[in-house]
Amino acid sequence: MGVHTTPRPSGGPLLGEEGTDPVKSLDRKLLRDLWALKTQVASIALVIACGIGGFIASFSTYESLSFSRDRYYDQARFPHVFATVKRAPASLEARIRAIPGVSEVETRVVRDAQLAVPGIVPPMIARLIGHDFARHGGMSRLTLKSGRWPSPGAKGEVVVNNRFMEARRLALGVEASVLLNGKRERLAIVGTVLTPEYIYATRGGGMPDDEWFAVMWMDARSLAAGFNMAGAFNSVQLRLARAASSQAVVEALDRILEPYGSFGGVGREDQISHKILSQEINQQRIFGTVLPSIFLLVAAFILNVVLHRQVNAQRGEIAALKALGYEDRRIAWHYLKFASVIVLLGAAIGVALGRWLGGAMTGLYTEFFHFPELNFRTLPWVVASGVAVAFLAAFGGALAAIQGVVRMKAAEALRPPAPAEFRPLLIERLGYAELATPAQRMILRNLERRPVRAALTVAGIAGSVAILLSGTFWVDAVEHFIDVQFNHVQRGEVTVGFVEPRDRSVVRELARLPGVKEAEANRVIPARLRAANRSYRTALTGLPDDARLFRIVDRDLAATPPTPGGVLLTKRLADRLGLAPGDAISVELLEGKRVKADLRVAGTVRELAHMNAYLRLEELNRLAREGPVVSGAGLRVDRADEASLLARLKEMPAVAVVIVTRTLLDTFRAQSARNILFFTSILTAFAATIAVGVVYNNARIQLAERAWELASLRVLGFTRGEVSVLLLGELALEIALAIPLGFVAGYWLSWLIISLMQHTEVIEIPLVILPDTYLYAGAVVVAAGVASALIVRNRIDNLDMVAVLKTRE
Amino acid sequence: MSRSGAPVLSARALTKVYRMGEAEVHALRGVDLEIRPGELIVLLGPSGSGKSTLLNILGGLDTPTAGEVRFVERDLTRAGEAELTRYRREHVGFVFQFYNLIPSLTARENVALVTDISAQPMPPAEALGWVGLADRLDHFPSQLSGGEQQRVAIARAIAKRPRLLLCDEPTGALDYETGKMVLEAIARINAELGTTAMVITHNAAIAAMADRVLRLGNGRIVGEARPERKLTAAEISW
Ligand SMILES: Nc1ncnc2c1ncn2[C@@H]1O[C@H](COP(=O)(O)OP(=O)(O)OP(=O)(O)O)[C@@H](O)[C@H]1O
Ligand SMILES: [Mg+2]
Repeated sequence: MGVHTTPRPSGGPLLGEEGTDPVKSLDRKLLRDLWALKTQVASIALVIACGIGGFIASFSTYESLSFSRDRYYDQARFPHVFATVKRAPASLEARIRAIPGVSEVETRVVRDAQLAVPGIVPPMIARLIGHDFARHGGMSRLTLKSGRWPSPGAKGEVVVNNRFMEARRLALGVEASVLLNGKRERLAIVGTVLTPEYIYATRGGGMPDDEWFAVMWMDARSLAAGFNMAGAFNSVQLRLARAASSQAVVEALDRILEPYGSFGGVGREDQISHKILSQEINQQRIFGTVLPSIFLLVAAFILNVVLHRQVNAQRGEIAALKALGYEDRRIAWHYLKFASVIVLLGAAIGVALGRWLGGAMTGLYTEFFHFPELNFRTLPWVVASGVAVAFLAAFGGALAAIQGVVRMKAAEALRPPAPAEFRPLLIERLGYAELATPAQRMILRNLERRPVRAALTVAGIAGSVAILLSGTFWVDAVEHFIDVQFNHVQRGEVTVGFVEPRDRSVVRELARLPGVKEAEANRVIPARLRAANRSYRTALTGLPDDARLFRIVDRDLAATPPTPGGVLLTKRLADRLGLAPGDAISVELLEGKRVKADLRVAGTVRELAHMNAYLRLEELNRLAREGPVVSGAGLRVDRADEASLLARLKEMPAVAVVIVTRTLLDTFRAQSARNILFFTSILTAFAATIAVGVVYNNARIQLAERAWELASLRVLGFTRGEVSVLLLGELALEIALAIPLGFVAGYWLSWLIISLMQHTEVIEIPLVILPDTYLYAGAVVVAAGVASALIVRNRIDNLDMVAVLKTRE
Repeated sequence: MSRSGAPVLSARALTKVYRMGEAEVHALRGVDLEIRPGELIVLLGPSGSGKSTLLNILGGLDTPTAGEVRFVERDLTRAGEAELTRYRREHVGFVFQFYNLIPSLTARENVALVTDISAQPMPPAEALGWVGLADRLDHFPSQLSGGEQQRVAIARAIAKRPRLLLCDEPTGALDYETGKMVLEAIARINAELGTTAMVITHNAAIAAMADRVLRLGNGRIVGEARPERKLTAAEISW
């Protein structure tokens, strides 16, 4: 073995072995070179595989989930337009059907009611939906997941959305009860169902409310009878003809329903379940574009460095080939083939990895979304473009290195390369020469001599730090979101909503309940906001001036109470409506006297959640032309008295909704923990692959280039450890430089990903990265560096000192 | 002038066999040797006769297949990798045909590299003074001629005041005049610092400056001569 860790094929002549076809020999050289560099080849292929794999996984997941969603929507006939109304006569159906563009109309009765299940203390909410079990069909078709359908006409039987049953771990046959018009009604749960309407079951929050929000379908007649809704409806769903504009239909529908107390219609794009679902699916596309790009760039860089080294080490061979009359083209092609084999290897692993990962992710999401069936597919265009981009990146990296081959003159190449020239370091030129020992100077001068390579190495390692950060900061962001929402915005442990607006004095009653330390009421009125030709359906929230349990807090935690004389808008809502402070805004209340008024935008607030519009409580009451009434309250409660308080609240007919923050968070955390663990592990593995790829390949190349120097030092009596420090010191320095840079890059990468996802209306993901996350990212990269160093260290230990003395570099 | 005292280095029945698959190459076939303090030994012999192999084993770079090497009282044959490294670091100075300087370090720093890790070194500038390079301290190898580079290598080898100076064809890559200057430096160090030295060469003329000339052939010592009068390097011509 020579000191050259880069192979000089150690047996037999390079060309025309035993008179065989020279091209074949060139291919044999290719295989031998690849084999000699197998660990490096594998590490580059793995980086490429991560890039291709990440791309295929994300895009296949995106495609598969979009496909599943669309297919499910089609099969279950998911509506295009939704509207709710206070009470409209069934006869209106014909007029709605006549709206141009409407192809189908379905009206029904939907009511929220307090739900009680034996053994569960906190009151829950059931959304009761009237359904004709004799004649399924229509829209938002149900899929029976377990149990059976209620017998047509049977009064007390319901099917429930599967998510609720799973979240509460309830078995079929459970006897539940709901408050129907002040009377407790017994219901038997006979089956569980899936529906496209509540893929994400929430009453409006950014988190799924499965634990306390059940969607139940019961016999339409009994429901209508229970709520005095016979011959009337309060919910309408439309399917539209292909080319119809949902906005135009919504406006026409609103006009028809208005006299009957319309709460406004929304198109599918604003339907809450669809909106959250689509956001989640779209995130895949953003991840799938941003992160794989980094992998492929890093792979291109490593390939470039490795090929540079190959070309340099094989100067003599290249010159010999040229002297033998090989065209430059053919020699260049030889090295491109070298790159191609690595890309193909990476592509093969990447496609397998991508399919596995995509399948796993799609499975996770399918379970999470409760799609009725799992459809995972990898589209050919996804695979093809992943591989093509990888080739492009690799060839980009390779061509720069191969240019040297073409430019090289044969005669020149046959001479050994001129001795490396060095010059004093910058710090020495500045007069601080005494600062460094000779060993440190070797390290620094080597760095200084190849600034581009050093910079790219640092960039590559920093890239892996950045990927780690951007993949793991989500936990911090979500915890920060929870902290803001539940410690700063909504500070009551329990939130109640009333069936009907109540006089403000209800607060005092609530405050007297056992365990209640503080009570604070608010008024929420559904409303449609308009500005120019844009409109948005939300609610106006009126808060008392001294609000303590529900505060408006911007993302920097500054409390921003509503100012007198105008509406305070969530910034995202203001943007969507194209409004700035001082602008006029039309408000149409969708409850009570359905007041229409023009107001002024008093200000905007960068809230993390929802699209809100706030007024001072008195001003909202005045605007609605109602007395001093409130519609809900927040309570601060002693944990010890929580159970008895909840029992009392359950008895109060005026109370429709009771939300216990703690249980909400527990479920949310439990649900996200598993997904986050999965993604964090995958990204950690990916980032470690990049770090190892960069560090290991650099160490190997350094070793190849400096083996002669290092072996000379061993001869002079330097120990293996000391020699390793010289080689690995440079890498350690690069890693040390890369980590803080990676922190900065990771912060920006996270920012980029978040901004690309920023079309989200439900919640804004805050860019919060805690020190522990930085520490973790740094530690993973250091560990990857140490692992690479140990592999290379083994080679340093086995440097052949005797052989080095026989050659001149 | 004859050197005396207990041998610094002694070898007994040294053999070295390289195994390459089926074939065996016997590089050394039983070499016995004693080197006394302050001796200047020249090692001659045809190519492939085992000169470098012997020098490398004596210098702790390689281990024999059989036989024994002692440095003063220490048995090098049984020394492990770490102990051999310490032996080289403390007691041996090497000079090779290709200088083996570190290109990223200046002349002074190349020397300092070694003095930094030895117990009682001379200052790098002094070592370079010994080889007549006092005015080239801050030049990088790429800024020095071959002979100058080789003299830096000698300065680097002697700066730690080694007991042994082992030179493998130190003039092999140099022209006549330059080679002569290099040899002068080695001879002067041997004479004035009393460093025991062993020099491999293909050039029999150089033998005239030795205390003792050993001739190697086919892995054995085939001749030993003591010149009547030791010439200085300046007197030699080849
Ligand atoms: N690593 C090795 N593997 C196999 N054979 C070797 C090895 N090193 C040396 N040899 C063989 O051992 C023998 C002695 O080699 P050595 O280098 O000691 O000769 P030398 O006298 O120094 O020759 P030269 O004057 O050409 O330098 C030669 O036949 C050589 O081929
Ligand atoms: Mg030799």
